[in-house]
Amino acid sequence: MAELKYALYTGCTARESTPELLMSTMAVAKKLGIELILLDEASCCGASHLQDFDDFLSLVLNARNICYAEKQELPMLTICNTCQLNTVMTKERLDSDENLKSQVNEKLAEVGLEYKGTSSVRHFLYAIIDDYGLDKLAEQVVKPLNDFNVAAFYGCHNIRPSHIHHVHNAKVIEKDVGEGGGEQAFDTTELLARYNDNENPYNPTSLDRLIEALQGKSVDYESKNKCCGFHADLQSPKTANRLTGTALLDAIDNDADMMVTPCPLCHLNMDVKQHTVAKEMGRDISLPVLHLPQLIGLALGIDPKELGLKHNVAEVNFV
Amino acid sequence: MSTERITKKLTFKTFRFNAETDFLPYFKTYEMEVGKDELVLDILNRIKWEFDGSFSYRRSCRHGICGSCSIKVNGKPVLSCKQNVWELVEIFGTDTLLLEPQSKKRVVKDMIIDKKDFWDKHKAVKPWLEAEIDEHPEAEIRVSPEEAEALLEADYCIQCGNCYYACPAVEVNEEFFGPAQFAKAFRFNADVRDTAKRERLETVREMGPGIWDCVKCFECAEACPKDVDPIGKITKLHNQLFEEGLAQDNVATRHAVGFKHSIKKHGLLDEGELVRYSEGNIGVMKHLPEAIAMFKKGKIVMPWNMPKSKNLDEIKTLIKTSSKVKF
Ligand code: SF4
Ligand code: SF4
Ligand code: FES
Repeated sequence: MAELKYALYTGCTARESTPELLMSTMAVAKKLGIELILLDEASCCGASHLQDFDDFLSLVLNARNICYAEKQELPMLTICNTCQLNTVMTKERLDSDENLKSQVNEKLAEVGLEYKGTSSVRHFLYAIIDDYGLDKLAEQVVKPLNDFNVAAFYGCHNIRPSHIHHVHNAKVIEKDVGEGGGEQAFDTTELLARYNDNENPYNPTSLDRLIEALQGKSVDYESKNKCCGFHADLQSPKTANRLTGTALLDAIDNDADMMVTPCPLCHLNMDVKQHTVAKEMGRDISLPVLHLPQLIGLALGIDPKELGLKHNVAEVNFV
Repeated sequence: MSTERITKKLTFKTFRFNAETDFLPYFKTYEMEVGKDELVLDILNRIKWEFDGSFSYRRSCRHGICGSCSIKVNGKPVLSCKQNVWELVEIFGTDTLLLEPQSKKRVVKDMIIDKKDFWDKHKAVKPWLEAEIDEHPEAEIRVSPEEAEALLEADYCIQCGNCYYACPAVEVNEEFFGPAQFAKAFRFNADVRDTAKRERLETVREMGPGIWDCVKCFECAEACPKDVDPIGKITKLHNQLFEEGLAQDNVATRHAVGFKHSIKKHGLLDEGELVRYSEGNIGVMKHLPEAIAMFKKGKIVMPWNMPKSKNLDEIKTLIKTSSKVKF
């Protein structure tokens, strides 16, 4: 298999309030032989809030981030659902609107950059599943998770709005298959199925399949593809707390021993706020919530210290 | 060519409840052979015609235009007359489909719900054109193609309520107007002939019922059978508030604006400072218990350790020259 190499866009959260996410991502990548080049020049993606205030600025800043991945001639790798969506949305808007692209490029030219549209953007979850491969991952498991019921919490921005993700992937696929698509272009269903980030938001399966590959038992519960409420935490805490609480209790009531999420923002709500949320819901809540690479790392036998488990607020008491 | 009809044997677990006679809802299961061209509405019809004449649901146009036939299948909001059944079998990888009304807590009978809250909130955003127009005008009011284009897809809404009953913010906050309502407010705000933009913006900017309480889950965009993209219109309403100088100084607006300040200073977001800036010095105190828990776990970066983006000068320049919006 070709060597895997990405330009890692960390986003802000992994550099600040979830240092364990960056630690565990680096540890897992190292173990699997995936090379990551840190995009230290990148700025915040605006987290879906900056665009409410200044849409154009948000486009320019996100385009600038992609420029740095393009300079490395690498696909950009994200480790946050919201970063993934904001970056892909920017990309799709610029790639489909020459006029907008040139307006943005006019600004970027002031700092000597040009957005070309040559780098694709992938979330770590899908890089592991599609590029590295679940079968290969399964072979690396040294500490199977077979005593555990793991609740997959997908987070909104990796699965919705599906058409944005699908449009982006269709282009990645076209690039993979080559110009004109060759023989394979005639069977797009099969091609699309190879790309797990084309999953259906009403029935996402990637994270569940990954849990099974690590020999854990994935929990079947209704809230897995629902919203944690993060983006209304400050302005509408009651709404946010109820959404977080409903999902956590749903997982608990379906016998989850732990939860796993590919999004650090979901993680912040699910892990850090359990105490506050329990008050809102009138029930005790205590559930370890792992970042995706923390879960993978445990199964790969990586030292819990390297996975930063001590930074999780809800005690990870089984290691 | 074979004329044999290919069918699949499917099971439909169907929500049943009659508010007049039933104390609790229950599920009834129907099995049938389903052809690959059959729509969910065909199944609803067949349940009524072949199994139980008392089964109730709404439908009218059968052309995806009246918005009355919406239900949920395995949690996915669908327009019954537009949604193919085999496609659902494929999506969910199962031969058993769960048919439910859009909102169980509003059920009148089986698939029929009381949409009063939807219509009341709809009305509250003035879903009509306000303009001073002569009773006997001498010429028509012209709208250029570009001006019509500015409505984006907002005009296509058929008020089916799919987005509204899929919205988790509506589910937990009964005041919240909801996605279809915001899409409608945008639709008339974007109309060059309309004069009530300010009023609508004042309505939708309120905390609680207004746009700031959207959790940005994109359920509405996903649920809409007409590609109206309600969350996209919510973003546009946010933008209009700032552009029109109608954004109030509150935790939500400061939260959005705070991103710009923080990015200008560090490239990255100063998460702790953003909370303080948004909440104010007193409001921020309510986050103290979480802040302490985070501090103990090494999850808080001290101001002097705040990471900065490399080439921060570029970011500063871009913010200076690209940002036109004032607050
Ligand atoms: S994005 Fe906002 S309006 Fe749309 S469904 Fe989610 S909370 Fe509701
Ligand atoms: S915006 Fe779409 S989903 Fe919502 S009511 Fe209108 S047509 Fe239905
Ligand atoms: S019956 Fe009118 S939209 Fe389905």
